[in-house]
Amino acid sequence: MPDQLPAILLLAPLFGALITGLVGNGDHRRCFPILIASLTISFACAVGLLGQVIENGTVDYFMGGWGTDRAPLGVGIQLRVDALNALLLLVITTVALLVAVFSLRRAGEENTEKTPQFYMLFQMLCVGLLGITVTADAFNLFVLVEVSSLTSYALVAMGSKPRGTVAAFNYLIMGTIGASLYLLGVGYLYMKTGTLNMVGIHEILLDPEVGQSSSIFVAFILILVGVWIKMAFFPLYGWLPNAYSYCPSTSSCLLAPLMTKVSVYVMIRVMLSVFGAEWVFQSLGWSHTVVWLAVIAILAGSLLALAQVELKKMLCYLIVAEVGYMVGGAWLANHWGMVGSLYHILADAFMTLCLFIAASIFIKRRQADRIDQLEGLFKKMPLTTAGFVVGALAMIGVPPTAGFFSKWYLLRGGIEAGQWGYVVALLVSSLVNAVLFFRIIEIAYFGKNPVESHGHGHDDDHGHEDETQQGQVGGSTLLSGEGRPATLIPLLISAAIVILLGVFNGPIVEIIQQALDGLPVIGTATR
Amino acid sequence: MDSVVHSSLPLWACLASLLAAPAIVLFRRELFLREATTFVAAFVKFALVLAMLPIVTGGKVIEFTLIEGFGGIVAPIMFRVDGLGMLFALVASSLWIVTSLYAIGYMRGLHEHSQTRFFAFFAISLSATLGVAFAGNLLTLYLFYEMLSLATWPLVTHHQDKEARTGGRTYLAYLLGTSIGFALPALIFTWIKSGGDLSFAGDAILASTDLGPAQGLILLLAFCFGFSKAGMMPFHSWLPGAMVAPTPVSALLHAVAVVKVGVFCVIRVFTAVFGVDLLAKLGVATVISWIAAFTVIVSSLIAMSQDNLKRRLAFSTIGQLSYIVLGVSLLSAHAVQGSMMHIAMHAFGKITLFFCAGAIFVATGKKYVSQLSGLGKTMPITMGAFAIGAMSVTGVPPTGGLLSKFYMVWGAADAQQFALLAVYLVSSILNGVYFFPVVYRAFFKPAPAGEAPATGGLKEAPVACVLPLSITAVASLLLFFFPGLLLELTKLMTGGQ
Repeated sequence: MPDQLPAILLLAPLFGALITGLVGNGDHRRCFPILIASLTISFACAVGLLGQVIENGTVDYFMGGWGTDRAPLGVGIQLRVDALNALLLLVITTVALLVAVFSLRRAGEENTEKTPQFYMLFQMLCVGLLGITVTADAFNLFVLVEVSSLTSYALVAMGSKPRGTVAAFNYLIMGTIGASLYLLGVGYLYMKTGTLNMVGIHEILLDPEVGQSSSIFVAFILILVGVWIKMAFFPLYGWLPNAYSYCPSTSSCLLAPLMTKVSVYVMIRVMLSVFGAEWVFQSLGWSHTVVWLAVIAILAGSLLALAQVELKKMLCYLIVAEVGYMVGGAWLANHWGMVGSLYHILADAFMTLCLFIAASIFIKRRQADRIDQLEGLFKKMPLTTAGFVVGALAMIGVPPTAGFFSKWYLLRGGIEAGQWGYVVALLVSSLVNAVLFFRIIEIAYFGKNPVESHGHGHDDDHGHEDETQQGQVGGSTLLSGEGRPATLIPLLISAAIVILLGVFNGPIVEIIQQALDGLPVIGTATR
Repeated sequence: MDSVVHSSLPLWACLASLLAAPAIVLFRRELFLREATTFVAAFVKFALVLAMLPIVTGGKVIEFTLIEGFGGIVAPIMFRVDGLGMLFALVASSLWIVTSLYAIGYMRGLHEHSQTRFFAFFAISLSATLGVAFAGNLLTLYLFYEMLSLATWPLVTHHQDKEARTGGRTYLAYLLGTSIGFALPALIFTWIKSGGDLSFAGDAILASTDLGPAQGLILLLAFCFGFSKAGMMPFHSWLPGAMVAPTPVSALLHAVAVVKVGVFCVIRVFTAVFGVDLLAKLGVATVISWIAAFTVIVSSLIAMSQDNLKRRLAFSTIGQLSYIVLGVSLLSAHAVQGSMMHIAMHAFGKITLFFCAGAIFVATGKKYVSQLSGLGKTMPITMGAFAIGAMSVTGVPPTGGLLSKFYMVWGAADAQQFALLAVYLVSSILNGVYFFPVVYRAFFKPAPAGEAPATGGLKEAPVACVLPLSITAVASLLLFFFPGLLLELTKLMTGGQ
């Protein structure tokens, strides 16, 4: 049984999706338990795998026994769990579980009549994301990217907002271009090396005659640009803000924390496992250029976020900035930059989850999505707002949240690499985030307060459609204004994880370092 | 070197008020219990600090590691109580008791709203303050420093009006902006340079590194401006802005806790990060000396022109903080000792002044110096305490402020910095110039004709306001006669002469 964990990890949500389709048939009460059950199994597998990896090192799994002795390496479907992706598996399953709980009532309200379809797509997305993470095969990775992408197009399009459909179409076009570029790159690789297995490709590329050929360079660039589109790396981010802000809140809470992060993981995996750090940082030597692109991404994402009036849009542009953090960190070409980038994948997943859940609750309760319509939230929804504040502090990078420590490692990498532009960009983005979030916190904290009116001059010209709701302030219990427990609990758990991830960053970084021992970044690094 | 005692006392001293915060929220309808919680927490905190005092005066340090460092990957979260931390913790925790009493009188006297929130965040701020005092390494220090900035923001913006909004924005923009923009990179650079060591124990962190003068200067400036709670110009404007807060906040936090956290961090940077020897070798501390000297003089000049009493006090605080920075940047043992003592001396003096300003406001609603004529007749206790506080801050005997100034001037003479010595003397005169007109006006100018003449009766603020300011005024006097403990604690830090 423990040997089969990598397979069970993927099969649980896959069969969950199929069963949902078969028996769920329009009945929400039957779909939900299946979802929770399948994700819990996956979660347990992820925990088990992490334990195995820490104890015994890399876990190799050959689907159906192919590739062991019956066929040469590279023909079978190989799954490979090492310290690099074991943590990410845990993150994906945890986020998916939390969003599943969050979707208890939301899914039914937002996707009326399509609830079973929503739950099927939810689980298929998990299959795709988990598969991308564990696969050791460059082509299978493409297939699984398509599985997750196709489901996410549908998830974005599910809502009732017409703009969501347009955004989904936009996303579909962009996403398909990205996937095609990736596939093209893999084609070149296959042409030159004759294998699709990541380790196999890497071994062949070590031969300078193959490794230095221009087809390989073209292959890498195609793959890189393809993945950049998928992760919304500036300037290829165009699809993201609309797709994530006009889709149903359950979809956005699921997609926003996971999709971009998994794409960043794919980039790092391709860089380290397929091409190898030496090839990427020395033969290609693009380190400086990409870090500067990341600097632009960070600054542009932050400034665009500053210009937004809608809460979710703002968060979306922040994702663009955060992607810049991770890409830049990975391309610093030194140990700590990579550590920071990998740690930030984990940290950012939960920070984003925390903020998106909180934003979804605000928007639902207020029936308004503009930042200036969030007045007086502290008074009415103290716990939800507290969860939001934790996410915000993590984005700003206040200790001891996870966001602080990812900056800590990324900055160390930046300083050691002498990439001062990147260091400054990180600091500027922290400050812009402080402005962004304190603008919201200020509005939430001040706001109109009918009980203790001080007659202050907050005379914005926004509509007062929520005035009646505002009037009912001063409820007798502290929690009267909060959202439902099913939405509040995932928020508070993710907020707690954001803090715990920061406080106990030591052991996590230890695991990441274990991964980088096998896939070294330093020693081959160039300035 | 000094022997180490492992004990969780610092953690509990730090947590005492943090744990009180939920209880305060819980008792938000039972006013008596709510206020009792604050008091119990304040006394418990003070008792815990006192319990550590004999160990520290015995020449030992107390260490407690909260979260391990995991093989040097990241610095541990740890506490370390030494003489300087002890001194600061004593000042902050004892004054919290007094301030709690004052705050109850003030907040009730003015029927302020959201008192529960006020007391809860006050308690959290105190935890952060003690966290800074007891921080055992730079990471822990930074953690609590940021926590303090954030926990005090709801207090600064307590009135939730337009002015509070502006003040709060300035407050966060300066404090968060500088700490993220300057202190954080400086911290990480130190971490890289020292090979992963951020601990305050043993030799200074950078003592044995090959830091050049240029790097050293940039790093030192980044630290000193990064910890902008110390209020060095040009990053001082947050402090006058923060005066929109209710007076108990201005009194404890913006004359004692927050600003002293700033200078405390600067002292740590000088003594434990660079080390006096390294700075003497690099010769870069003079730059800080002159920036601090500039701040001292300019802020005193600005203070003279302020009619709003609290703003005048705020600019006075900025000057006094730079006294401390100036003292430590002189790098001579006496000056450093004087700086550390000034943390305590100025705390007692300035908190008295703020208490008085608040008491005047509660009793009469007056905020401006020009309105205070004749107030000495109706509020003799308050104005008497004000005079004592002013004397202590100026450094007139028989008040505690004289002693610390004496040590700093002595240190300046030791360091052969006679220009800076002159700065101390000139600015003391300036202190007198901006304080004594207030006292003179209150006692010797007749009340304006328009106001109803006080019919012989006193019109003091409530007892809960007057008692604390009397206590701190008396304490300022006592510190002159019994400075033994302070001298002892500061000697522990400067090598005991």
